[in-house]
Amino acid sequence: MTSFASGVSPKSVAAAAFRLREFGVLAALAATVLLFAVHTTNFATVGNWQDIAADVAMVVVVAVGETMVILTRNIDLSVGSVVGLTGYLSSYTLVHNQGIPTGIIALLAMAIGLACGVANGILVVVGRVPAIIATLATLTIYRGVVFEVAGGSVINADELPGRFLNLGVQKPLGLPLLAWIAIGIALLGALILRWAPWGRDFYAIGSDPQAARLAGIPVGWRVMATFAISGALAGLGGFFFVARFAGIDVTAGQGFELTVITAVVIGGVNVFGGSGSILGATIGAILVSTINNGFTLLKISYFWLTLVEGVGIVAAVTMNALITRRLQVFQRRRRYVELLAARSHGAEE
Amino acid sequence: MRETPPLIELRGIGKSYGGARALSDISFSIQRGMVHGIAGENGAGKSTVVKILTGVIHPDEGELLVEGKPRRIHDPRTALRLGIVAMYQEPTVFPDLTVAENVVAGRHPRGRLGTVRWRQIRSEVSRILKELRVDFGPDTLVSGLGIADRQLLEIAKALSSDARLLIMDEPTAALSPNEVENLFATVGRLREGGIAIVFISHRLEEMSVIADVVTVLRDGRHIDTRPAPELTRDELIRLMVGRSLGALFPKEEAAIGDVVLRAQGLTRQGVFSNVSFELRRGEIVGLAGFVGAGRTEVARSIFGLDPLDAGELSIEGRRFEPRSPRAALRRGLAYLPEDRLQFGLVLPMSIAANVSMAVLPTLTPAGFLRPRRERVLAARFMKQLRIKAGSPAQVVQSLSGGNQQKVVLSKWLAVEPRILILDEPTHGVDVATKADVHRAISHLAGQGLTLLLISSELPEILGMSDRVLVMSEGCLVAELSRAEATQERVIQAAAGITESVA
Repeated sequence: MTSFASGVSPKSVAAAAFRLREFGVLAALAATVLLFAVHTTNFATVGNWQDIAADVAMVVVVAVGETMVILTRNIDLSVGSVVGLTGYLSSYTLVHNQGIPTGIIALLAMAIGLACGVANGILVVVGRVPAIIATLATLTIYRGVVFEVAGGSVINADELPGRFLNLGVQKPLGLPLLAWIAIGIALLGALILRWAPWGRDFYAIGSDPQAARLAGIPVGWRVMATFAISGALAGLGGFFFVARFAGIDVTAGQGFELTVITAVVIGGVNVFGGSGSILGATIGAILVSTINNGFTLLKISYFWLTLVEGVGIVAAVTMNALITRRLQVFQRRRRYVELLAARSHGAEE
Repeated sequence: MRETPPLIELRGIGKSYGGARALSDISFSIQRGMVHGIAGENGAGKSTVVKILTGVIHPDEGELLVEGKPRRIHDPRTALRLGIVAMYQEPTVFPDLTVAENVVAGRHPRGRLGTVRWRQIRSEVSRILKELRVDFGPDTLVSGLGIADRQLLEIAKALSSDARLLIMDEPTAALSPNEVENLFATVGRLREGGIAIVFISHRLEEMSVIADVVTVLRDGRHIDTRPAPELTRDELIRLMVGRSLGALFPKEEAAIGDVVLRAQGLTRQGVFSNVSFELRRGEIVGLAGFVGAGRTEVARSIFGLDPLDAGELSIEGRRFEPRSPRAALRRGLAYLPEDRLQFGLVLPMSIAANVSMAVLPTLTPAGFLRPRRERVLAARFMKQLRIKAGSPAQVVQSLSGGNQQKVVLSKWLAVEPRILILDEPTHGVDVATKADVHRAISHLAGQGLTLLLISSELPEILGMSDRVLVMSEGCLVAELSRAEATQERVIQAAAGITESVA
């Protein structure tokens, strides 16, 4: 028997499916953009697209962390509350210490978020509470902390220093500053998932946690890391929130976790872990934000928006499953054909 | 002069789970450059020993010495650092990742910046795969690989790490004979390279072929460790079972009746083609062939699990369309897939509840279960299949593996099938249970049940079957009577060698 590994190129098969997955979301995005551009007067304007970009930036920053968590077959439901908590605490600090550099405030928001994420991680890894329950609990707890600290108070634009407010309106090269930062975060996340050994471990853990343990992967530490990253990036999301909306109240970020998870799942990240990419999640985020924006412009009710998003999730998950199945069948057929070819070849010899 | 200490030495190792003693006083050493076979029935403690060596569980008593120094193996990572690599019974692979990544998972080679060296990984994995002579590449997604290929992937994984001790737990269970040969050649090379190998297998023939030393465990105790050439097969069985067994494959004589199932030109594109055969009442027909020859696929299509592209089926002279398993069961055709035998039970429930599961409607005349009828049904099968248990109310969990297997068999027999397809009914089962399952199968045939027996174990096929069908790469290549069927002829046919050419 000879090896015919050289003849097969499953790489192209895998790559094709991968592209296919992201292509599906891209096609949906194109259709949505076209639809809105035709049906509304002010959708296809530079100003509106800059608005969308700023929205996308916030979703993407949080979605990068959420993607990592979901890749390990976990989920982080608390990100919306973390956005609210960190947004409130950091802007509160800024209001009372007007001189603090903006960068430090961003780091503060991330540090608070990190602490929230680590708490989630401890519950899941040490306490062995299923992630969906643990983060559902902390979703409520973190929101409760915001209520307690803020006591119903609101922070308005006039309380915040001008250089901070400037952050949300700056548009270097025509793209909002926040979007530039989000691009940086997404690139960094994608690099980690592709090139960092510990980033690759996330895929292994989500694909089969038991096998990952047997392969000597420190599963607990890795899962902890994803929750910590998710928390820290949700913290940055909180900072973005204040910068984008120039103020904050106690309900900030409520339901935001669903937007983020929708983006990640529509972007082709497998809810059962093991496969997916930052690129996909980013396209998902753009799609979700675009739909959001278009619906607002069309003045269609919030009910229809959630309905469309729900249908989107179902479509994405179904497509994911279908593609995976087709790919397996395809690979099997292909190998069978190669086997026959090799056999007839052997017979000639 | 002091001798160099053995690579691994176990001294008085013991382990209990709750009150149950899994291992007691296990002492033996594993030498470099040797294949150390571990033999024992299910529950003898083989897996527990493996888990202790790989740091998955910790012993309560005794010492473990690595190169003469006492060591504690806290977790799988520590074991890997010590050069102890295990291939498990069920391949532990990551289906979503590529072959190359599976091989290096958990220990990606890193570049100067701490980044993954993809190119190095690809070329190294390609080299190993070539060495193993497998037909998949480093970029294949593992979800597309079958069980045999996943096992080969496990071996690639072990080869790529600098293993000093390689533990192979039932590595050949899913491999075809030529793949086994290939594996043994590789094991031989590893042994020459000075690696120690722990080899666990239910196939005793393999033990004598590959092992240098054999340790026998029984009921968690260490029975003996001896050089393999000193152990005959019968002696090995005596040590494992504690008594010698009679014939391993008892086949009762049965009166063979009319044709019950006729298959004509069954074809599923790209999987199998033009498969035709007949099954008669009271007959056991063995379906032999290598893993991947299409045996299970034919069975699945007949049972209505996969679609047929062409061909006709008839049961008892009437046309049969295998549209769904439900339709098949209505016509008296049942199929027990390999994993169904292992996982088809609700462990915390009683024998009676498990047996009645598929026939509940017949036991619930007024919409409510009649517990008496359920008990009677279960008791009948307990007697028929010799299930060792106190009463039908006993929880399945508390039964031995072999008896659990028989409960599954009962569950499907309760449906009262006229034709039963068994797929690897004794896969991963110990010698004594195997004999019990064989006895039960043979008894059923004697009562007029028609059986199609799919098995990768030739002695089982040859011992049990009235007739042997052989498949090779999707085609039915031979039909041999009991008298004609010899090991050589079946293997030749399965390997696609026709006698006229040879």
